[in-house]
Amino acid sequence: MTDFPRTPPRFSATFTPAVNAEIRRAAATGIYDIRGGGTKRHLPHFDDLLFLGASISRYPLEGYREKCATDVWLGTRHAKKPIHLEIPVTIAGMSFGALSGPAKEALGRGASAAGTSTTTGDGGMTEEERGHSKTLVYQYLPSRYGMNPDDLRRADAIEIVVGQGAKPGGGGMLLGQKISDRVANMRNLPKGIDQRSACRHPDWTGPDDLEIKIHELREITDWEKPIYVKVGGARPYYDTALAVKAGADVVVVDGMQGGTAATQDVFIEHVGMPILACIPQAVKALQDLGMHRKVQLIVSGGIRSGADVAKALALGADAVAIGTAALIALGDNDPRWEEDYQKLGTTADAYDDWHEGRDPAGITTQDPELSKRFDPVLGGRRLKNYLKVMTLEAQTIARACGKNHLHNLEPEDLVSLTIEAAAMAGVPLAGTNWIPGRNGGW
Amino acid sequence: MQSFDLGKEGLRALNSALHALKGQTNMTAWEVINPKGAHAIAAGVDAPVDITVRGSTGYYCAGMNKQATIRIKGSAGPGVAENMMSGTVIIDGDASQYAGATGRGGLLVIKGNASSRCGISMKGIDIVVHGNIGHMSCFMAQSGNIVVLGNAGEALGDSLYEARLFVRGSVKSLGADCIEKEMRPEHIALLAGLLKRGEADGKARPEEFRRYGSARKLYTFNIDNASAY
Repeated sequence: MTDFPRTPPRFSATFTPAVNAEIRRAAATGIYDIRGGGTKRHLPHFDDLLFLGASISRYPLEGYREKCATDVWLGTRHAKKPIHLEIPVTIAGMSFGALSGPAKEALGRGASAAGTSTTTGDGGMTEEERGHSKTLVYQYLPSRYGMNPDDLRRADAIEIVVGQGAKPGGGGMLLGQKISDRVANMRNLPKGIDQRSACRHPDWTGPDDLEIKIHELREITDWEKPIYVKVGGARPYYDTALAVKAGADVVVVDGMQGGTAATQDVFIEHVGMPILACIPQAVKALQDLGMHRKVQLIVSGGIRSGADVAKALALGADAVAIGTAALIALGDNDPRWEEDYQKLGTTADAYDDWHEGRDPAGITTQDPELSKRFDPVLGGRRLKNYLKVMTLEAQTIARACGKNHLHNLEPEDLVSLTIEAAAMAGVPLAGTNWIPGRNGGW
Repeated sequence: MQSFDLGKEGLRALNSALHALKGQTNMTAWEVINPKGAHAIAAGVDAPVDITVRGSTGYYCAGMNKQATIRIKGSAGPGVAENMMSGTVIIDGDASQYAGATGRGGLLVIKGNASSRCGISMKGIDIVVHGNIGHMSCFMAQSGNIVVLGNAGEALGDSLYEARLFVRGSVKSLGADCIEKEMRPEHIALLAGLLKRGEADGKARPEEFRRYGSARKLYTFNIDNASAY
């Protein structure tokens, strides 16, 4: 018998092993996959952009010698007490409940040491966080868990959360295994039950109501606090414009790479837009209204390095926020816990079942034994180091572009490696003067 | 009595004066005239004072109230007494949407009717409505009590947690996981107290009410309940 060459097994590009595994999992369990984190798919991102650096027509600043400032003011539009941060990298909102008390403390320690702000989350303000955060932003969420006027006044700014990048249009669920006595008490709910976080605010609907709500919060806090409005990356041009119209001091736009404590995988992967696509639209809305740099723009979702910071600022943001990166800096998904990750059926850098409360790193848990693994002082120091490195990296790039302040970076400093990123970011494809879509829309 | 002409002096001046009242004060009686439907009247007060608003109010009157007794001699716009912590708010007329939303304590009395979503996400407040309440009232209500002398609209208590709902009249429909429950002696006693505090003890007897609460079937996510959502 002749031994003919055989066609080797060929996997479908549509029905990949991963797709088939998910179909089998769904067929076996009857329930969708829930996980934490942000999108894991490949997307046009900051990696697709490059800085041009100085040349004959632009002269650079001397590294280590000439100053490149990094500070940022937030809330200068209406607030009597705007915030001044030393660096434009803030810590995004993450709830006590999703995170342990010591993890919240570490975020406060690290942010304060680096001269920036941290943010509460869907579960109210903890003493650990307030006590260790020089500048604390208090989230005003649909669930209003733990909401009270005293904490509102103890905050340095208020962030009205309309949506988040991982799930624009979605609420949340904190599963019962993470509802300790303390978490339950702060949320006025029984211990151990699944706690639903609403997707809409209970007492306002639409931009006209939002304007009245912002007015109420200003009255309650005697017009002292900057008021942010945070939206998921869905319709950034209109959402930014409407937030400005409603009276926001700061608009926060969170792209789909932004993390969540727990949401359906299908939601995380298929709803919302990448942050790269959001920034130019939000900036354009501010510019069209004559409010760019008057209403500040914070962007988040997939910020990992000083290069990402510099690129976000060059596109017109005033500051960025980090969440997932901050958790990794604290020690989340660290290979030192690999043995434990394996027991959970996963591996370091891929663990995302934060909602189950069994985090080997002791960060996304309420389990007292696991929490003991995490040292908030050490965690805070690691976060401070990481924030400092990001800032130094961004300064390095800015100096190379001849800028004496990070905010002087501009789209003209950037080119794109791909047509997609060029179109989204509104910068030319490298080596060309072509900005796809610029003649006839954005 | 401190009389404050809102039309003349403005909202900021009013709330600023009220917020300045800390702890014990002998300026305990306030009257606000010419409210003309302004928003955020007496929002964020934290003092044991008595404030009477002579007219109707806009959104969020008495928002996040602590300690104060606030009387509205008219009707109230959306979100009256939202997130109230303590104290008492009494409305002579009707209340618009979201009355008492997310309230964590204190007593809200509505002598007229309340619109939709009354008591939404309530977290410990007591609400007494002399008239009817609209649809989707007590949605995701977590704790506290609501007493309705009239009727309730559609989807009462949808996705209810531990709040107790007492309705004397009809209920157009119950929301997901909300069921009628037995009225036991402790509920009769609780209701008698609430009716008295809500200035309704002459209008209704506790025995005339039905009690509604959570079936607690949606407390833990279960795919078999998906059709209930």
